[in-house]
Amino acid sequence: MSKILEMNEIALSFGKEKVLKDINLSVDSGEIFGLLGPSGAGKTTLVKVIVGILEATKGSVWVQGKKMPSLELMKSIGYMSQSDALYQELSAKENLAFFAALYGLKKKEREEVINKAANIVNLSKELNKEVRHYSGGMKRRLSLAASLMHSPGLLILDEPTVGIDPLLRQSIWDEFHKLKESGITIIVTTHVMDEADKCDRLAMLRDGSIIACNTPEKLKAEQGVESIEAAFLAYGGGAQ
Amino acid sequence: MNVMAVVKRIAQQFIRDKRSLALLVIAPILVITLIWLVLDGNEYEPEIAIDDLPAPLEESIQEESVHNLKEMSEEEAKQALQQSNIDAFLTTKNDALYILLEGSDATANSATLQTIQAAIQMMNNGIEQEPVIEYYYGSDQLNLFDQVGSVLIGFFIFFFVFIIGGISFLRERTQGTLEKLLSTPIKRWEIVFGYLIGFGIFTILQALIIASYSVYVLDIYMAGDFWQLLLVTFLLAITALSLATLLSAFANNEFQMMQFIPLVIIPQVFFSGMFPLESLAEWLQVLSKLMPLTYGANAMQAIMLKGQNIWDVWQDIVIVFGFAAIFIVLNIFALKKHRRL
Ligand SMILES: Nc1ncnc2c1ncn2[C@@H]1O[C@H](COP(=O)(O)OP(=O)(O)O)[C@@H](O)[C@H]1O
Ligand SMILES: [Mg+2]
Repeated sequence: MSKILEMNEIALSFGKEKVLKDINLSVDSGEIFGLLGPSGAGKTTLVKVIVGILEATKGSVWVQGKKMPSLELMKSIGYMSQSDALYQELSAKENLAFFAALYGLKKKEREEVINKAANIVNLSKELNKEVRHYSGGMKRRLSLAASLMHSPGLLILDEPTVGIDPLLRQSIWDEFHKLKESGITIIVTTHVMDEADKCDRLAMLRDGSIIACNTPEKLKAEQGVESIEAAFLAYGGGAQ
Repeated sequence: MNVMAVVKRIAQQFIRDKRSLALLVIAPILVITLIWLVLDGNEYEPEIAIDDLPAPLEESIQEESVHNLKEMSEEEAKQALQQSNIDAFLTTKNDALYILLEGSDATANSATLQTIQAAIQMMNNGIEQEPVIEYYYGSDQLNLFDQVGSVLIGFFIFFFVFIIGGISFLRERTQGTLEKLLSTPIKRWEIVFGYLIGFGIFTILQALIIASYSVYVLDIYMAGDFWQLLLVTFLLAITALSLATLLSAFANNEFQMMQFIPLVIIPQVFFSGMFPLESLAEWLQVLSKLMPLTYGANAMQAIMLKGQNIWDVWQDIVIVFGFAAIFIVLNIFALKKHRRL
C-alpha cells in the first residue's frame, strides 16, 4: 500500500518545552489512523504539524510524496480543529460556503458539495440556522462538514467526537468508515480508549513520544491484555 | 478570489451585528452632537453692576452690554457676586477705574473684560475710527466647535474603527477561525486585505454619514470640498483599521484590546492640533510627529477651515498613507506567528 504521510524524526519545542520528541510515523493511503494519548500528550501539536500550520523544529513531513508545509498540498488536506472554528453570526450554509470559496470552488460546485456534506453529517434541515443557535453536537458536525468542502484525500480530525453523545458518536464513526470506503485517508486523534479500537492502526502518544504503533489487535496481543486501556498502561502510558 | 470571499463574509457578519454597526455610526454622531451642543452655544453675555461711574462711560457700557446695568453699592455687589447673580462690579476709586470680577469662570471673565474694553475704546475714539477687521481664514462666525470639530471628526472615526476592527480581528484568533483559515491555502496577505476591504466598505459609509451630518446638519464651518474631506477621513479610517488589526496580535482578549485605547488612541487627540503645539516642549512635538492623527487632522483642518485643496496638503496625505502601508506590511508579518508560510 502506498504511503500518504511520512514523518521523519520530528521534534518541536515551544520555547524550552519539548512538546514533540523524535516522532517517526507513516500512514497508508485509505486507512483510518488513530493517535491516542492523554490530554497534553502533544496530539494537537502533532496534527498541526501535519496540516502545515506549525513547522517542526527538526525533521521533515511528507504528504503524498511532497514536502510540507506547502500551500499547494493544503488543498488536498481537510482539517477539523479541536475547538469549533465557526462564525457564530453566520448561518451554517454561509459558513460552509465561505470555506468552500477559500478552496477555490465555483458557485455551482459549492451548492453541490454543501448539500452533500450536510447530508453526511445530518444537518440538511438546519442549514439556514445561525450557528449561535446550534447545539454543541451540531457545531461539531458542522465543523466536520466544513473540513469536507474540497473533497480532501487526507482528512485530519482533532478529537472530533468530544462533547458528542454516544449515539451520535456511533453514527459519526459510521460516516468515517463510509468516507474511508470512498478512498479518503483519515487521521483521528482521541483520548477515549474505546474509540481507538475502531481505527485500522493506532499510534500511542505520551509526553511527546510515540510509545507504540500497530493495529489495535496486535497492540493488545503483544501485551497479552484485553483492552486498549490495559495495553496503553502496559506500554508505559501510565508511568509518569 | 480569496480576498473577496473574506470581504463577503465580513459584510455578512457585520450586517447581522446591528450593535457594532450602530457603534460605528451612531456613537460618533452622538458624541459630536453633544460637543456641538456644548461648544456651539451663543456668545456669553455678561451681567455687570456699576456704581458711581462717569456718565460717558456708563452710556458707552450700556450700549455694549445686552443686559441692563444694575446700580449697586460695593457691599450689595459683593453679595451678588457670591450668589453668582452678576459677573462683575464696576466703579471708580481714586479717579481710576476699578473692576471686580467674579473670576471663577474663564468664559465669563473674558466676555466681561471684552465688553468693558470695547466700551472704553468706543468712548475714547468715537465710532468712525473703529478698525477694519478682515479674516484671512475662517470668519468672525468661527467658534470653538468649528475649530475643534474638524479634529474631532477625524478622532472619532479613528477611535471607533480602531475598536471594532481590532476586536473582530482578535475574535478571529480567539474563536479559532484564524487557525482554520490558515489550514486552507489562503495567503496571509489575502486575509489582511480581505479585512481592509471588508471593513473599508463600512468605514466609507461611516465617514460619509458623519461628515455629512457635521457639515449639513450641525453646520460646522466648511470652506473646502466635501469629497476631499471624505477622502481624508477614509484614509484615516484605513490607518486606524490596519493599526488595530496589527495591535490585536498583541492582545489575548477584548479587555486587553481596550487597554490600547489610553496608550495609543487618547494621546493622539492631544497632539493633533486641537491645542496649539508651538508652546509644547521639543520632545513632545517630536512625539506628535509619530502619530497618524496629527497629519490626518492637519489635512482636515486645512480643508475645512482654510478651504485648501487636498494637493495643498499632499505631504500630510502621503504620510498618513505611509503609516497605513507600514501597518499593513507589519500585519502580514505578524501573522507569521500563526503560520510561517
Ligand atoms: N502555543 C503553545 N505555546 C506553548 N506551549 C504549548 C502551545 N501549544 C501547546 N503547548 C503545550 O504543548 C503540550 C501539548 O499540547 P497539545 O498538543 O495541545 O496536547 P493534546 O492535544 O494531546 O492535549 C502541552 O503541554 C501544552 O501546554
Ligand atoms: Mg488537543
